[in-house]
Amino acid sequence: MSTRPDSFYDVMRRQGISRRSFLKYCSLTASSLALGPQFVGNIVHAMETKPRTPVLWLHGLECTCCSESFIRSAHPLAKDVVLSMLSLDYDDTLMAAAGFQAEEVMEETMRKYKGRYILAVEGNPPLNEDGMYCIVGGKPFVEKLRYAAKDCAAVIAWGSCASWGCVQAAKPNPTQATPVHKVILDKPVIKVPGCPPIAEVMTAVITYMLTFDKLPDLDSQGRPKMFYGQRIHDKCYRRPHFDAGQFVEQWDDEAARKGYCLYKMGCKGPTTYNACSTVKWNDGVSFPIQSGHGCIGCSEEAFWDKGSFYDRVTELNVFGVEANADKMGLVTAGAVGVGIAAHAAVSINKHKNTETHKKDSL
Amino acid sequence: MSSPAMTQEPVYVYEKPVRLWHWVNALALVVLAVTGYLIGNPPVVTGGEASDHYLFGYIRFIHFSAGYVLAIGLIGRAYWALVGNRYSRQLFMPEVYRLTYWKGVWHEILWYLFLVSEPRKHVGHNPLADLAIFLFFVLGSLFMIVTGFALYGQGLGEGSWADRLFGWVIPLLGGSQSAHSWHHLGMWYLVIFMMVHIYIAIREQYVSRQSMVSTMIDGWRTWKDDRP
Ligand code: HEM
Ligand code: HEM
Ligand code: SF4
Ligand code: SF4
Repeated sequence: MSTRPDSFYDVMRRQGISRRSFLKYCSLTASSLALGPQFVGNIVHAMETKPRTPVLWLHGLECTCCSESFIRSAHPLAKDVVLSMLSLDYDDTLMAAAGFQAEEVMEETMRKYKGRYILAVEGNPPLNEDGMYCIVGGKPFVEKLRYAAKDCAAVIAWGSCASWGCVQAAKPNPTQATPVHKVILDKPVIKVPGCPPIAEVMTAVITYMLTFDKLPDLDSQGRPKMFYGQRIHDKCYRRPHFDAGQFVEQWDDEAARKGYCLYKMGCKGPTTYNACSTVKWNDGVSFPIQSGHGCIGCSEEAFWDKGSFYDRVTELNVFGVEANADKMGLVTAGAVGVGIAAHAAVSINKHKNTETHKKDSL
Repeated sequence: MSSPAMTQEPVYVYEKPVRLWHWVNALALVVLAVTGYLIGNPPVVTGGEASDHYLFGYIRFIHFSAGYVLAIGLIGRAYWALVGNRYSRQLFMPEVYRLTYWKGVWHEILWYLFLVSEPRKHVGHNPLADLAIFLFFVLGSLFMIVTGFALYGQGLGEGSWADRLFGWVIPLLGGSQSAHSWHHLGMWYLVIFMMVHIYIAIREQYVSRQSMVSTMIDGWRTWKDDRP
């Protein structure tokens, strides 16, 4: 028996995954990360030799839709592999252990892999009332989060809850639910937003981090560029109808049947960064726009507070007035127009009077 | 500058580049407001294949082109403020640090409220006009240029020049959708300026004691009487 720490490959073999399946998984991962075939060898090598990096998966205020998405990853292989890597450690909803035993596992991982484990967070901590709105293991979740983040290498913020706050942080946010990057300030936080994020995106991000031991390239908002580098709209297959000016105007009109662009129905594709229009959902079967419904912008910050999902020009709150820009503008411009007309009328009148005055005094 | 005129002789106020810029800029703003409104509320074409039409594409193309005209024009106008005559600088720096300036603003307010019977003469902009042009036009178009090119950068893609230069405003305004809404609201801010501006320019041509619209055409400020 060697004493070197387990590699990923060792763990997978123990889980009954054949070498053949392992190699397939490596090529799949390379292609989903848009890496060339020459990288397959790198991944194989890394997984065979590198000590396994454990993942602790915490759950705060959330609905578990991220976990639900994750375990439905399109390639069963990827799912099995990644899950076997994860479930060995800590995940409230997926692991076998419970109660004190579970907390013990967490402690042990933190001790043994100090500074090396990845902390994946689903949901967020509410900060109001000292965090009492979310108690896990007898303690406010925010304390557990801070504690677990202390010795981790990096944090993955799963979904819109952890990344932006999502519905529990929507106005007026009574529990003061707060996204992870505003609580954990001293560790890199990778945002993987979406409600939920796409399964393949989740597995690819985590595999990338585990195999290459580094963070994926992030954009200015802390999202992996490879999946959040473009808007839904940039790769939407209905885009030619957008440029043509062919829009759906009613859910049951001819244009809807013909699959025209959903822009006028409030599609948020032009303002939403996500991979739905390329990776798609449910084994690549479809995605919302393909099914005839606009994007609701679920991976964008505060998407619950941005007015109707079905309006093109959405509500704004300006100095306490809640209306869309055209309504505010039209009302103000109308008032100004009336003002101008009245002013003009008085001016003309006055001007005439002074003219006659001048003539009189001549 | 903002103080009442002391001369009764015609003065050459707006040099050729300023006048040319004024009219090009006015046209660009009208085009931007119309195409911008249509971007928010697009017209619909029916029939045919998508490849038969490019209506919305053209509307957006015209909007972006006019956006470049506005932005490059403003840079050119700022340059002219450095090399042009004294009146060319007024646009960018109302003399808000002078008490006489604010007294002048107050006088103009009274004039527009019909509370003084005789307007003052001004070689350049009157103090109130100066303030309004700065607050509405200068700040308003700067806001539109910054937000406009930030949105434009989203189309050009991450790392593009527009994204690197202006991309930072999008998270600041609360994301892409809010940035669109603020950009849209900015249009109305400028529309209101244009309405009042054109009204006042025409009105003053008739009721003031000096030339107005014609000054922006031939550059000369002439006077209707020779009292100070
Ligand atoms: C004062 C001048 C401008 C006005 C009045 C104006 C007006 C508008 C309006 C009303 C919209 C629609 C917003 C919405 O509801 O989504 C819009 C969109 C836009 N404007 Fe402007 N705009 C101006 C200047 C600019 C400039 C300088 C640029 C830079 C190129 C620009 C680029 C854009 C872009 C990229 C969009 C979004 C188009 C899309 O999402 O398809 N705008 N503009
Ligand atoms: C519709 C868009 C318009 C915009 C955005 C606009 C903007 C401006 C700006 C920024 C100035 C200051 C010029 C400077 O100091 O360099 C100005 C001055 C002026 N504009 Fe316009 N303008 C518009 C339309 C018009 C029209 C249609 C008229 C004529 C009816 C007009 C008449 C004038 C006059 C007479 C001045 C000089 C005011 C003075 O001497 O105090 N403008 N305009
Ligand atoms: S359906 Fe939505 S994402 Fe697709 S082209 Fe139209 S506006 Fe863009
Ligand atoms: S299409 Fe838009 S709303 Fe739908 S899942 Fe993708 S990002 Fe979320």
